[in-house]
Amino acid sequence: MIKKIQRSTWIYLAVAFLLVLLPFFKDERWFLFLMIQVFTFGIFAMSYDLLLGYTGIISFGHAMFFGIGAYSVGIILDRMEASYTSLLIGILVAALLGGLVSFIAGILTLKLKNHFYAMLTLALASMFLFIAEKWRSVTHGSDGFTFRLPELPGPLEDHRNITIYMFCLVMMVLIFFGLRRLTESPLGKILVAIRENEGRVESLGFRIMPYKVIISVISGVVASFAGVLYAISIRFVGTNVFAIDVTLDALLMTIIGGVGTLVGPIIGAGIIEFAHHYLSSLADVHWIFERWIILFGIVYILAVIFFPAGIVGTIKAKLHKRKHRKIEAKQQNADKMAS
Amino acid sequence: MESIIETENLSVSFGGHIAVNGVTVEIVKNQFTSIIGPNGAGKTTFFNLLSGQLSPTEGKVLYKGKDITRKSTIERSRMGIGRSFQITNVFPNITVLENVRLAIQSRENVRFQMFRHFTHYKAFKEEAINILDTVLLKDRMDSLAVNLSHGEKRKLEIAMLLALNTELLLLDEPTAGMSLEEVPAILDVIQNIKEDENRTVVLIEHKMEMVLDLSDEIIVLYNGELLAQGNPQEIMENETVQTAYIGGSQNGEHTSEVGTN
Ligand SMILES: Nc1ncnc2c1ncn2[C@@H]1O[C@H](COP(=O)(O)OP(=O)(O)O)[C@@H](O)[C@H]1O
Ligand SMILES: [Mg+2]
Repeated sequence: MIKKIQRSTWIYLAVAFLLVLLPFFKDERWFLFLMIQVFTFGIFAMSYDLLLGYTGIISFGHAMFFGIGAYSVGIILDRMEASYTSLLIGILVAALLGGLVSFIAGILTLKLKNHFYAMLTLALASMFLFIAEKWRSVTHGSDGFTFRLPELPGPLEDHRNITIYMFCLVMMVLIFFGLRRLTESPLGKILVAIRENEGRVESLGFRIMPYKVIISVISGVVASFAGVLYAISIRFVGTNVFAIDVTLDALLMTIIGGVGTLVGPIIGAGIIEFAHHYLSSLADVHWIFERWIILFGIVYILAVIFFPAGIVGTIKAKLHKRKHRKIEAKQQNADKMAS
Repeated sequence: MESIIETENLSVSFGGHIAVNGVTVEIVKNQFTSIIGPNGAGKTTFFNLLSGQLSPTEGKVLYKGKDITRKSTIERSRMGIGRSFQITNVFPNITVLENVRLAIQSRENVRFQMFRHFTHYKAFKEEAINILDTVLLKDRMDSLAVNLSHGEKRKLEIAMLLALNTELLLLDEPTAGMSLEEVPAILDVIQNIKEDENRTVVLIEHKMEMVLDLSDEIIVLYNGELLAQGNPQEIMENETVQTAYIGGSQNGEHTSEVGTN
């Protein structure tokens, strides 16, 4: 068991290392930017999967936390001087607000049936979108606003994009390992049990609510941080961070990559972001490629039909089968030897 | 004799149908009590009232003399009331081992630990494997619970109940759906629990030989009402029971079994 965990850790670290090297071979702006998107949405989709895949909670308004993070850091850097202190305050405010809103949404609805949480988050996300549009003095309305980042020290300033790339990559890797520990902790095991059979969890003597609220808050904080990274990477915040598309993207990334895993959402983010990029450049060929939401529907249906467990889930099932076959073969051999 | 759990005039109805009707019983600590009665008599519903899955429309449940009628399933579980379910109630898409490990984790009060890896608690896994061994399910420990046969799921139910190590164990038809060869091993497990001085078993079971063999006390439910309560001898000789239940359906068969005892 321990050995297996270590091996997967080495694989993940090796991939992370390759990603560190990548910009030294391919440093075009658009490519770096796309990879940064993969990292930020990878983090965002992981936070979504904590709810959907691990605990079985459906959220239709997860974009709200993404937006809260983006606006928090954007507004603070816009209002205060562009210093590291402001940046840090922005990140803390983002985490605090993300946590607070998810806590409130959680205690209001997680006692009820699952769709209440889905509906409340959807409503709250629309409310935040409305505020972002109307409270122009702070948010600049639907135009959005650009903001300045603090100067990077010395030579790094000349390689701003690579620096941001590295920062987002490191954050994604750290959050990945942190969340992996969380999901493999005793508490994480209870979350999965809740997804599987709430009533049974109670009859084992665990209360459900605290776990749902805890994971809702953790998910909200992580999602909010993804929003922070997104805003930092483009130095701009607009109302689109609250759009339903953001939530749908997270949903699609999670489902394609593999529900109930953490690598899955990252792989899903990679696939969706690159598909997004290449498909929109096909817009000249046919208008349908501009209609992401239509493609979303099609991809979603295909994914559910052909990969109900997502990419990672399908691979895992294959590996599991192979392992079992090996064990069986061993047993058969042993039986033969014995007879 | 000290009672561990008792009910006072306990009733519950679904719509107009009264499933449990004014049942007053006392279950004595360290005695082996069985509940019998035809299908639909209200046995499972009675368990649901004891373990808190249902609230009664009337009456009280007392655990060790304390009124627990308004207490939740969770509180009752923590007070020491554990149960297995007739309609299997496990965690389908996780492994058999993990199902049992979770029960041990609850018993050991590891509730909010989120920084340690779960394998840090090695003893939990070892104990879970041991328990699975006693219920003859060890070779299936890495399978997902959803892939178990009906009989295997019953064994898993028992394993999870054993893992909770509660003072009171409510077993709802633990051997239903098991093959004949498997029953003795499960009987063994139940016998073992029975011998443990700190545990009290209440068993719902249709296999009369098993009930007569194991029980110190038998409760007969019929149409939601308490028909009789007494030791096996008394129950077998009870005329109301004979006519209403045993005699009614399987005339003579069981009385002869008592004779051979
Ligand atoms: N949740 C429920 N809703 C409605 N009726 C129920 C429910 N549970 C049990 N009943 C009814 O109560 C009666 C007793 O059922 P049950 O306790 O399962 O019987 P037993 O376990 O003795 O076979 C049956 O008539 C059953 O249909
Ligand atoms: Mg029943």
